[in-house]
Amino acid sequence: MNSKLKSAILTTFLVSAALSASSEIASARDRIKVVSSFSILSDFVQRVGGDHVDVVTIVGVDGDAHVYEPKPEDAKSMAAAQLVVVNGLAFEGWLDRLVESSGYKGPLVKASAGIKPNKINNGHDHDNDDEKHNNQAEGATKAVHDHGEFDPHAWQSAPNAQVYVKNIANALCEIDKSRCPDFRANAEGYSKDLASLHDTIKTTIGSIPKNRRTVITSHDAFGYFSSTYGVKFLAPESVSTASEASAKDVARLIKQIRKRKATALFVENISDPRLIEQISKETGLKIGGALYSDALSAKNGPASTYIDMMQHNTSLLSKAMVEQ
Amino acid sequence: MILYEILFSPFIDFTFMRRALVGAMALSLSACPIGVFLMLRRMSLTGDAMAHAILPGAAIGFLVSGLSLLPMTAGGVIAGLCVALLSGTVSRLTIQREDASLAGFYLVSLALGVLLISLKGTNIDLMHILFGTVLALNDNALKMITSISTITILTLAVIWRPLVAECLDPVFLGSISRIGSTVHFLFLTLVVVNLVGGFQALGTLLAVGLMMLPALSARLWCVKLESMCILAVVIGLISSYIGLLVSYHIGVASGPAIILTAGAAYTVALVTAPQGVVRSGFTPKRHRIA
Repeated sequence: MNSKLKSAILTTFLVSAALSASSEIASARDRIKVVSSFSILSDFVQRVGGDHVDVVTIVGVDGDAHVYEPKPEDAKSMAAAQLVVVNGLAFEGWLDRLVESSGYKGPLVKASAGIKPNKINNGHDHDNDDEKHNNQAEGATKAVHDHGEFDPHAWQSAPNAQVYVKNIANALCEIDKSRCPDFRANAEGYSKDLASLHDTIKTTIGSIPKNRRTVITSHDAFGYFSSTYGVKFLAPESVSTASEASAKDVARLIKQIRKRKATALFVENISDPRLIEQISKETGLKIGGALYSDALSAKNGPASTYIDMMQHNTSLLSKAMVEQ
Repeated sequence: MILYEILFSPFIDFTFMRRALVGAMALSLSACPIGVFLMLRRMSLTGDAMAHAILPGAAIGFLVSGLSLLPMTAGGVIAGLCVALLSGTVSRLTIQREDASLAGFYLVSLALGVLLISLKGTNIDLMHILFGTVLALNDNALKMITSISTITILTLAVIWRPLVAECLDPVFLGSISRIGSTVHFLFLTLVVVNLVGGFQALGTLLAVGLMMLPALSARLWCVKLESMCILAVVIGLISSYIGLLVSYHIGVASGPAIILTAGAAYTVALVTAPQGVVRSGFTPKRHRIA
C-alpha cells in the first residue's frame, strides 16, 4: 500500500511538474482521488474540483454518518486516495481508526477548520445512548463516538459552507498547484452561489413573524441554521434518534405545541420518524415534511446537492411556519 | 390534589402516556408468565440471545420490501422461530443442553444477518428501525402487542397442564403422553412472538426485562407455580406504572425506568422474601439444581 501510495504521490508531482512546464495538457486523464466522509462534503469537493477530481463518499446519501461501520472497500479507497476530506468537530468518530487501519498517510483536511463552532446545548449528548444500544443489539464493534463539546453540524449555515469550500480549495491546491487556478475559480463561483443562497434563506425566514419561528425536529442538527437564520429548533437530545426517550421530554414538546409556542413538526431523512408521528397525532399538528440534515438525498430526490438541500429545508420550514 | 397530579394527571393529560401504559401492561400480562416458565427451564438468557437471532429475518424483510415494519417484523419472527426450534430440536436429539445449542444457533443467525445487510451495502441501522420505543406506540404497534398478549394468555391456558408437566418432570410426561415436544415447541413459539413483538413495539431492553425480572422476583416469594405467575404479572404491571411515572417526573428514559423499577422489586424480594438472601441465604445449602 505504502509504496503504491508513494509512487502515486511521486507520479502526481512529476505530472504536475510536467504540466506546469507545458500547461493545458489534457488533465482529465489523472484525476485527483479524493475520499470524503459524507455526502454533503462530497458535493463541495465535486463543486471545487470539477473534472479534476474523483470523489469517493464513505457514508452515502440518506446515511447517518454519526454511526457507521466502515467496510473493507472504504479502507481500500482510502488507501488509494490522495486527499481525505472530513468534517471535523468530532463528527465522524469512527474515521480516525479507519484512517489508521487503511495505512493512508496523505493529507487529512478538516473542512470545518476556521469556523467558530457553536457550543452544544446543555446536556446535548446527541445519540450516544442510541449507539450503545446498537452495539449491544448487533453485537458488532462499532465506533462509539463522542461529539465532544461542539456541535459538528456546521454546514447548516451557508457562510460556514463558504469556509468549507475555501478549505477544500486550499487542500486541492496543495496537492496540485498546476490546476490550482481552476480550483480557485470554481470555489469562487460556487461561493457566490452560496452567498446568494444565504441571502435567499435570510429573506425567506426574515419574512416570518418571530413568534412563529419555533419548530420541532427529531434530532438536534440545526444549531447553526438556528443561530444564523433565527429559527428556534426544539429537539431534546434524548428524543432525537435515540430509541429510549424520556416521558418528560416528550410531554414538554407536546406542551409547547399546545401553548402554540412551536408551530411545526419535522422528521429527518436519517432518523426514525415514529416518535414525531406520535406527537403529531396527539397534538393535531401536521408533520411539515422531512428535513435533510446530515446527508443529501439520492439524485432524484429533493436535496441531491447542498444548495438544493438548504433550499428544500428553507421552503419546508417557511411553509410550515406560515401555515395555520 | 398533589397526589392526583403526581399519580394520575400525566396519564390523563397525555395520550402517549396512556398508550405507553397500555402497551407495557399488555406485555406484562403475557410476558411475565412466560418469564416464569423460562426461568424454571433455566432459559433465562433466551431473550438476549433472541434479540440477536432475529437479525437475518429483519434483514431479509428489509431487502425484499424496504424499510417497512411489517415484513421486517415477520422476518424477525421467522428467524427467531427457526433459531428457537432448531436449538430445541438439537437439545432433544443430542447431549447438548438447550442453552448451548441456542448460543450456537443465535451466533450463526447474527453473523448471517450482518452478512446480509453488508451485501445490500446500506448503512441504515436495521435494528434501530426495528426496535421501537414505548413512548412512540402507534395504533399498529398497540394492536400487535395486545393481540400477542391475548393469544399468549389463551394458549397458555390451553397448554397449561402439559406445559407444567413438561417443565417440571418431562420424563413423567413422556411416559404418559407424546404431547411433550408439541407443547415445548408451542411454548418456544410464544417466547419468540412475545419477544419480537416486544422489541418492535417497546424496545429490546423493555421486552426482555419485563419478561424476566418480575418472574425472578416472584420465584423468591412464592412456591406454587400459579401464584408465582400471578405475582409476576402483578409486579410487571406495577413496575410499568411506576416506571412511566418516574420517567415523566424525573425526565429519564422510559424503558430503563420501568426495568429499574422491576429491578428494585427484585432487590426487595432478595432482601425480604421468604426465599430471599436474608431469610434463607444464611443457612448454607446444597447448590440448587433447578
